[in-house]
Amino acid sequence: MTRTGTTGHDRAGGGTGASASGGLDAHLVVDRGTFRLDLALTAAPGEVVALLGPNGAGKSTALRALAGLAPLTGGHLHLDGTELTHRPPESRPVGVVFQDYLLFPHLTALDNVAFGPRCRGATKARARAAAAAWLDRMGLAEHAGAKPRRLSGGQAQRVALARALATDPRLLLLDEPLAALDARTRLDVRAQLRRHLAVFEAVAVLVTHDPLDAMVLADRLVVVEHGRVVQEGTPRDVARHPRTDYIARLVGLNLRTGRAEGRTVRLDDGPTVTTTEDLTGRVFVAFPPDAVTLHGSRPTGSGARNLWHCRVAGMETHGDRIRVDLTGELPLAADLTTVAAAELGLHPGTEVWASLEAARAHAYPA
Amino acid sequence: MTTRPAPRRTRLPRWAGAGAAVLLVLGAATACSSSADGDEAGAAGSGSAPGEPSGTVTVFAAASLTESFTTLGERFEEAHPGTEVTFSFGGSDSLAAGITGGAPADVFASASPGTMKIVTDAGDAAGAPAAFARNRLEIATPPGNPEDISSLKDLTGPDLKVVLCDEKVPCGAAARTALDAAGLELTPVSYEQDVRSALTKVRLKEADAALVYRTDVRAAGDKVEGVDFPEAAEAVNDYPITLLENAPNAVAAEAFIAYVRSGEGQRVLADAGFLTP
Amino acid sequence: MIPADTSGARRGDTRGGAGARRRRPGTGGGQGVPLLLLLPALVALAFLLVPLVALLVRAPWRGMPEQLTSPAVWQALRLSLVCATAATAVSLVLGVPLAWLLARTEFPGRGLVRALVTLPLVLPPVVGGVALLMALGRNGVVGQWLDAWFGVSLPFTTAGVVVAETFVAMPFLVISVEGTLRAADRRYEEAAATLGASRFTAFRRVTLPLIMPGVAAGSVLAWARALGEFGATITFAGNFPDRTQTMPLAVYLALQSDPEAAIALSVVLLAVSIAVLAGLRDRWMTAS
Repeated sequence: MTRTGTTGHDRAGGGTGASASGGLDAHLVVDRGTFRLDLALTAAPGEVVALLGPNGAGKSTALRALAGLAPLTGGHLHLDGTELTHRPPESRPVGVVFQDYLLFPHLTALDNVAFGPRCRGATKARARAAAAAWLDRMGLAEHAGAKPRRLSGGQAQRVALARALATDPRLLLLDEPLAALDARTRLDVRAQLRRHLAVFEAVAVLVTHDPLDAMVLADRLVVVEHGRVVQEGTPRDVARHPRTDYIARLVGLNLRTGRAEGRTVRLDDGPTVTTTEDLTGRVFVAFPPDAVTLHGSRPTGSGARNLWHCRVAGMETHGDRIRVDLTGELPLAADLTTVAAAELGLHPGTEVWASLEAARAHAYPA
Repeated sequence: MTTRPAPRRTRLPRWAGAGAAVLLVLGAATACSSSADGDEAGAAGSGSAPGEPSGTVTVFAAASLTESFTTLGERFEEAHPGTEVTFSFGGSDSLAAGITGGAPADVFASASPGTMKIVTDAGDAAGAPAAFARNRLEIATPPGNPEDISSLKDLTGPDLKVVLCDEKVPCGAAARTALDAAGLELTPVSYEQDVRSALTKVRLKEADAALVYRTDVRAAGDKVEGVDFPEAAEAVNDYPITLLENAPNAVAAEAFIAYVRSGEGQRVLADAGFLTP
Repeated sequence: MIPADTSGARRGDTRGGAGARRRRPGTGGGQGVPLLLLLPALVALAFLLVPLVALLVRAPWRGMPEQLTSPAVWQALRLSLVCATAATAVSLVLGVPLAWLLARTEFPGRGLVRALVTLPLVLPPVVGGVALLMALGRNGVVGQWLDAWFGVSLPFTTAGVVVAETFVAMPFLVISVEGTLRAADRRYEEAAATLGASRFTAFRRVTLPLIMPGVAAGSVLAWARALGEFGATITFAGNFPDRTQTMPLAVYLALQSDPEAAIALSVVLLAVSIAVLAGLRDRWMTAS
């Protein structure tokens, strides 16, 4: 566990706080034919954990298992010291924000939010009062009477969040909470969601395949591939020191494995790289594509260090830059400006020399 | 669907109701084609030996005649080789509607003079209809007569479930006549659509008694028991039979009518519970 | 249900937009309707409507005021409406849960049960009536106990009419509701469960409102079927004015002696059905 996040005490109704056995302690095993999810997951109260992984990695299954919507075939689930392994979803203190929100279309925003408290035994008046307070907190007071189809995507997302929080869950699950939004709305909603998660005192687990959402919203990332955890750590750790190709691609780094002897790493691909770290043994080497410079001919004056003979395999526009895929001595990706690409006259098949600043190549133990 | 050779018993489902008339007309269309060869045979027969019946006779007969007429048809065919009797059994009113609607039948045997009148009024009967059988009412009870019913008056008992035919159908009209003759007020649990469904209620023991025809009691075998009552004499039902104006095979049709009214024919009808007129 | 941004993306999709624009002139007016569809459609319409029109053409309009003022007609009409509505209500109370069971649960032989549920649709109604007598009659398999324990005997009673009509009408409702349930998004029920709703609460507060159009359509079908019910009713409940004689029975018996009166009664039944169905349809259309 990395940090216990912000524990906001400005909310009414709280009070249990983080006990010794507080938080989430889960080992989720779900067997489904050829697919097997086997995931250990722990989180402290107040912590926001993001499950990050490609489609089909098992993130959503993990979320459904936590909610009780997919039965566990093995493992266990404890929340705040209470065993939840075989409890049905309706009796788990868990709130879920679904990917497309699943707001009940026949109920107003207010009644959507009041639904949970009502089901948990509150009187109609009390449930509606609580719902109104939640909507107010979300800045949606004037939309309380609106049916979901009248709400914008961002508003619907906040209603869904209010609905999930209105039951005072001890575990909040968010399934791709921003995936259904367009880019502009996404920016605003992400910022708002971040604020709401920051004051949320219980455990929040977020499922996403978007690294930015994960980095911004989560205190800790759990990278899931093929039903298993492949990497875990703070967003900063994971972004800087990816351990799989999937993460490296997500965070936009070239990633290679090799054996280090001091600052020199002999890559498994063959060539050697000079890095900033002084290490020995199996290591990962990561470097950003824009740390790579391409030359039409072998640059004079420099040594043979971090210089490889390559061939252009493909090119694509990447923002205002050109991402060039190289094969040859060392397969890698390089970013260069449109001007530089034009000057080099790059096209698939062009022979180039790629050089890498040693200061921007980082090695870390594998 | 409506006309079949004699050996097979068919009965128009009465509940078909309004649809029955339509079906009859449709049936008439098929009967047209099938009677075409009967027509030829009849014509050939009458040509070679005048007065000797041959070919197909199509008889429209009331449902209550199903059993007896089927037997009569078989015997008639035996007595007159080369003939075939085809029956269409159904509610008399539906059959009458079929005949006035142009169904190509030779003979119409009705369960009531009233329905026969529909046909004669339309000018579809050749000559005057003749009564060939009579039917009278009986009280039908479950086997063993558990409620110990012996008279029409017994039916007015307070806890007794009695079903009558609706007054719009012949057996209901007859029941009304008999009750009026006896000076009795009887509130049944149901006015059934026809005599067979009234009998069914007794057979299933849903009703304790029903006023139905003797012939129906007889046809039901040991499933019901019949109780005769004197007032039934006031409501005897005449069954008229007639040759039809547009009969395709008039010679054989007349022979069939004669056979029904003969001593042998009357014996078969008596066996079924009919009275001689 | 479609998230706002998805529809936005679709709107932005130029290919889709152009396609929609291209199609629009064809769908309006009717000149774009293919002849191969239009002709059979018109034949179907004519086939369904001509008999009804013929009924109106031949109706004894002069005798109509007399028919309409006859208390017997009003008794039969009132009884028909009351019984058909009661049968629909019973079908709803029992049929919707059955539809839920068929659509939402797994149990051995479910396919067979589903087929059995639809059996009353193929059974001739008269046979249905006889079957009901054998089950619920005074000496029926179940009926004898009803009679012995509670003194309840259904045949020849208004309740019997409702039973007979429910028997033939409920399958329509069950089939309609089951279809809607299968098409409905089950994830709403999951969302309700995560909010603390039991399966029953989720059904009552989420699923049921969502499948309301299907329930309404099924109810209309069931009501219409019950209103026109003849065979099972007359067989099971008999025929007694103001107690079990519904309009179809009155029509049938009138046909025996007075076809003109039968047509007049049918016209009355038609008019009332059209008024009720059109009224309900409008209400539901505006409600949804």
